[in-house]
Amino acid sequence: MDTKPEFKPGNFLYAGKASALETVGLPNPRDWSPTDDDWQLPADWKGIVHEGMAERLQRFRSFKLFMDVCVRCGACADKCHFFIGSGDPKNMPVLRAELIRSIYRGEFKTAGKILGKLAGGRKLTEDVIKEWFYYFFQCTECRRCSVFCPYGIDTAEITIIAREILNLIGCNIDWIASPVANCFMTGNHLGLKPHTFKENVEYLLDDIEEYVGVRIEPTFNRKGAEILFVTPSGDVFAEPGIFTFMGYLMLFDHIGLDYTWSTYASEGGNFGFFTSHEMMKRLNAKMYAEAKRLGVKWILGGECGHMWRVVHQYMNTLNGPADFLEQPISPLTGTRFENAAATKMVHITEFTADLIKNNKLKLDPSQNDHIIPTFHDSCNTSRGMGLLEEPRYVLNNVCNNFVDMAPQVIRENTFCCGSGSGLNAGEYLEMRLRGGLPRANAVKRVHEDHGVNMLSCVCAIDRAVFPALMDYWVPEVGVCGVSELVANALVMEGQGEREYNLRGEENPSYKPPAEDEASAEAGEEGEE
Amino acid sequence: MHPTERAEPTGAIKMKLKTLLAKHKTALVARWVDSIVETYPPETAKFLKNKKDQFQNPVGHTIVAETKNLFDQVLEGVDREKATPFLDRIIRVRAIQEFTPSQALSFVFSMKYIIREIVGPEIDTEALDQELVDLEASLDFMALVAFDIYMSCREQVLDIRAKEVQQNAYLLLRRANLLVEKPGPRPEDS
Ligand code: SF4
Ligand code: SF4
Repeated sequence: MDTKPEFKPGNFLYAGKASALETVGLPNPRDWSPTDDDWQLPADWKGIVHEGMAERLQRFRSFKLFMDVCVRCGACADKCHFFIGSGDPKNMPVLRAELIRSIYRGEFKTAGKILGKLAGGRKLTEDVIKEWFYYFFQCTECRRCSVFCPYGIDTAEITIIAREILNLIGCNIDWIASPVANCFMTGNHLGLKPHTFKENVEYLLDDIEEYVGVRIEPTFNRKGAEILFVTPSGDVFAEPGIFTFMGYLMLFDHIGLDYTWSTYASEGGNFGFFTSHEMMKRLNAKMYAEAKRLGVKWILGGECGHMWRVVHQYMNTLNGPADFLEQPISPLTGTRFENAAATKMVHITEFTADLIKNNKLKLDPSQNDHIIPTFHDSCNTSRGMGLLEEPRYVLNNVCNNFVDMAPQVIRENTFCCGSGSGLNAGEYLEMRLRGGLPRANAVKRVHEDHGVNMLSCVCAIDRAVFPALMDYWVPEVGVCGVSELVANALVMEGQGEREYNLRGEENPSYKPPAEDEASAEAGEEGEE
Repeated sequence: MHPTERAEPTGAIKMKLKTLLAKHKTALVARWVDSIVETYPPETAKFLKNKKDQFQNPVGHTIVAETKNLFDQVLEGVDREKATPFLDRIIRVRAIQEFTPSQALSFVFSMKYIIREIVGPEIDTEALDQELVDLEASLDFMALVAFDIYMSCREQVLDIRAKEVQQNAYLLLRRANLLVEKPGPRPEDS
């Protein structure tokens, strides 16, 4: 427990920029680097950490319980993707938790205060802070370990608190702090202004027109729309997320949904969740404030991971109840989404599954015949909200070749992408390749055994990070969102020949209409 | 010819030594596996050796499977093309873990010591010294191939990082005309 981590390029994240911290009023803004000897902690940093811990032990009973009840049975030890991929024993969840538990014992418990190491306690030093920074930003808060703990200890929650405490003395990372500041100021992580957001969408509409042959005219910030749609902003500029975004546009047009985009609540992601409970609340509030301003009935949410964990597990206590909204009912099928009674927010995959179940979509799954997809359960949607069947149901209806990975590594047991919880920074690629190894290994198996060539997912961070992970571990496998596959299969009214997919590539599954019986086929291919 | 340019496999080792090594295959491969897992801290080494599930212990599983394959390569004579996938699976992991290049690749050389340790006395009694020299040359060649693989993994990490930056801002770059456009479909259409 005593060796100090060595910060080397590839194994640490850049420090949060002073300007970002100032924007949202986070403590101790300064320019620094984890490789510095002197981290320029506030003069009374020890007192701040001590008080911060004491306050949280009071406020969060789970934290106090998790500090007290671990019996070191080791059931969680080999369940963390960072341990499996890095081989570093301190990535065993039990030892990760021990980094802070030892301080709890040494500083808060009488036996530990007197007996020190003998009682498993230690004193708070600057090296402890460095070690926390190193290992609590090597946990993606994925909760896999908690599935195996007989006491239900959730190391993710310990990491959440540890990062919150680190934030009190200004030890945070730029990849989280800057998106938080941008999101707070302009509504999304990259700081896209409303007109830029809209222009990006228009660009994608042009692409849809070019490849699919239909012109879609969505609305922005329209008051009185029935539904507000919110999705992670990554999907409006990153590849392959933009193809998922095109999928949403096509789906909503196909069913004639009365909905609108917001250029202010232009981010579903919430990096506040990786900062502190307060920051999570501030950023989450925006979506609801915008829903109220626009006077919509309910919110439909796109393919995102942690946005859903925040909505599902925290929203109601943070900013709820959202009683100015109505309980979501699908305008197409009349289905009441009971599980969204409190949050008034429905997941796009659940919404789509319901449309398919009620025969509301005209689908030609053979358009995806060249794709053999598998599905990655994002930690947040699977363990965080139980969305397990819906994506598989959708995939089985829009593709003919869906293959699941091995049962011990899917659904609740899924392996993390290795880049969640704000760790998806470029400078951290090597660490992410370690963390993503177990997931990639399972993909490799289905690639080799079943020819899987596409890794589908319902999370924007997954879409952003899997291409790199696949390139390194299983280069033959591409990455897409489930909604992109839905769009491939959608038979749009008035569409042209679907010779190209949404990526502008030739579609290997395209079959030109046979000369005479063209119109006999379902789908009424476009006018000449 | 430069040793790295060897197109032909290293010669198969002579019959006598081959028989001897084949007889001790289980012990030799087991020691080889140990020498690799022992480059990790003890808690990790225990896990890598004991957890059998290929999905929950991909690194341990790879080490066990590929050392067997590599050992057969040593017996047959090392062929760059054949040895590459086996070496790649082990090295690809070590190239992104907390190892220096020499730590990542030392396992190839450990086989020399393991052979001397386990079958050394028999090699002496049967006077197979010259055959052993050939065998060691073949392991040296395997090490050179390993080095190439390690370097290509490292280069790949850099390439992937650059590519990821582009992908993460794809549409913004495209709109700013900073990307080479993909070939557009049917320009003559309409
Ligand atoms: S929450 Fe996930 S990343 Fe964190 S310790 Fe548990 S398994 Fe590892
Ligand atoms: S499984 Fe639970 S009780 Fe057992 S060591 Fe891990 S955290 Fe502690």
